[in-house]
Amino acid sequence: MTTAPLDKASSLQELAADKAQSRHTAVFWMVFSLVMAALIAAPLVLPEFWRRLTTEILIWGLLAMSSDLLIGYTGMVSFGHSAFFGLGMYGAAGALLLVSPPNLWLAILFGLAGAAGAALFVAYFSTRLRDIYFAITTLIFSQIFYVIIFTWTAVTGGENGLIFTRPHLRIPFLYDARFTSTTMHWFVLAVVAGSYLILRRITQSPFGMVLQSIRENEPRTRAIGYRVENFKMVAVMLSGLFAGLAGVLYAVQNEFAAPDFVYFLTSGETVIYNVMGGIGTLVGPIVGAGFFHLMRELLSRFFGDQFPYLIPLGLIFIAMIIFLPQGIMGFARRWLNR
Amino acid sequence: MDAIAQFFHNIPIDLLIIQTVNGVVTGMILALVASGLTLIFGIMDVVNFAHGELFMLGAYLGFVVFVSTGSFWLALIGAALVVAILGAAMQIVALRPLIGRDPLNTILATFGVSLVLQNYALWQFGPVVRKIPAPIGSQFTLFYLQYPWYRLLVAALSAAIIGGFWLFLKHGKFGVWIRATAQDRVMAQAMGIPVPLVYTGVFAIGAAMAAASGVLFAPMVGVSHTMGLDWVLKAFIVVVVGGMGNFVGSIVAAIFISLIEAYTTIWLDPSRAVIVSFVILILTLLFRPTGLFAATPR
Repeated sequence: MTTAPLDKASSLQELAADKAQSRHTAVFWMVFSLVMAALIAAPLVLPEFWRRLTTEILIWGLLAMSSDLLIGYTGMVSFGHSAFFGLGMYGAAGALLLVSPPNLWLAILFGLAGAAGAALFVAYFSTRLRDIYFAITTLIFSQIFYVIIFTWTAVTGGENGLIFTRPHLRIPFLYDARFTSTTMHWFVLAVVAGSYLILRRITQSPFGMVLQSIRENEPRTRAIGYRVENFKMVAVMLSGLFAGLAGVLYAVQNEFAAPDFVYFLTSGETVIYNVMGGIGTLVGPIVGAGFFHLMRELLSRFFGDQFPYLIPLGLIFIAMIIFLPQGIMGFARRWLNR
Repeated sequence: MDAIAQFFHNIPIDLLIIQTVNGVVTGMILALVASGLTLIFGIMDVVNFAHGELFMLGAYLGFVVFVSTGSFWLALIGAALVVAILGAAMQIVALRPLIGRDPLNTILATFGVSLVLQNYALWQFGPVVRKIPAPIGSQFTLFYLQYPWYRLLVAALSAAIIGGFWLFLKHGKFGVWIRATAQDRVMAQAMGIPVPLVYTGVFAIGAAMAAASGVLFAPMVGVSHTMGLDWVLKAFIVVVVGGMGNFVGSIVAAIFISLIEAYTTIWLDPSRAVIVSFVILILTLLFRPTGLFAATPR
């Protein structure tokens, strides 16, 4: 009998927690739909140049979000996401050049297969290592892919890359038309938003919890009985798949695949988006990508095309690591909670 | 039996010897770069991503000093000094605030520094490859090649710098401080060693070694703003294969990897030969993750 009041108290507490949780969920979906509405309306109001830039930011955001699964949630900094992005690009290019008529969905499938292959390779070797060793090996692996793509001219077009025409946006029985910059934007938005929801679900699932526990304390996670290596491998594979998806989108939007995008700089910028936007938030990396590309655009408007925009952005990046390690989103969250 | 004899007959002995010399020369330069990197890592747990950029900046500074004074040796010393000061400044501004945080923060911060330095070099010097003429132009005959004496001088100089540094670590007062800090920084601090000063000093020394190797390398191929990444990657591979923080291991690994890469270029074109060192890295990680030349497996 003595336990009854306690039970009641704890169930009351649970009720309060449930209520807070459901209010949180309501707020989340409200903000999500507001942002989605703004992004859906964006191509209708923005001029052509900014429309393209917004679409590109979304693609870079997807790439950054995929790497956040590793950096923010599993505590592994990948300096090799350009490999997955690039293999996605070349996979899509392969599908669009080899199969006629070019098919968008096949391009996505090929791109994902390419990225998955690269991710399997990288995941198998580099997940044996931790921290900086992981970072260095991912970097070196991406460089291997770069060298292969750059020198295998017969297949990849070498330095010139591959050029192809954009496939139609074709949904069987429903819709079949050429991409315009507006439908391109909506298509990219749909893919990025879908990926975001999937990634969010992943990070909140028991699997995602294990990843976060690896980040917090790897030996303890192992001691509890989780096979840490397997979880890390799956994390790298998932991350690589979404990065490959971003590569496919970029290839379809720009109608080319080039070795420059497999080069280290793409990986580096992915890390920058993450740090600037705020790691471990999924939304942050998109914000970071937006911030980076807007700054870059503004700087080259003010100082001319030749201006080395990476100097001021690099300095901002260093300053953020030192003074604002949570990034823009982390800062905003703290400021809102004040 | 015939096939085996044929195979041995087909190995170009002269090419092998030429490539051995080439491999040792680049290996010595690489050892100079990598020993700075491994020193910084061994003492501070900092992976200096900007190390290749310090190498590149050293080469450019050497070029600037050479153009204004005309002396290669002044260029070598001047570039090393300026980059040492730059390295110290970099450590104080970007890395000192990160002490005590996750070491991954330092790789991010030094990556930021490398971006800034690389783009500064591109902005300042443009994409044209610059070259410093070698201080000695004479050559000797190696089979059918006129082999420049300068390359051998580079190997000797690199060895001298590494040897000098080794003696300094063993017997110099600051060197003893460095080794003490590497062993146990808390105890070193308790014994009155100014650990923050040691950190900054080590960074300056590592930076100076990178810059010196940059100047030594400049007459051989030339200076471009993108060379930093190639060298830092090579140095990373060397440091991992040699065992992180293992000074002797990284020197052996540097020569080992350069030799193998040099032999590979007999059969493959140089841009693909790089992959061989990547493969060595993968094999090392698979079978001896602590490094091939680690004295005792950690």
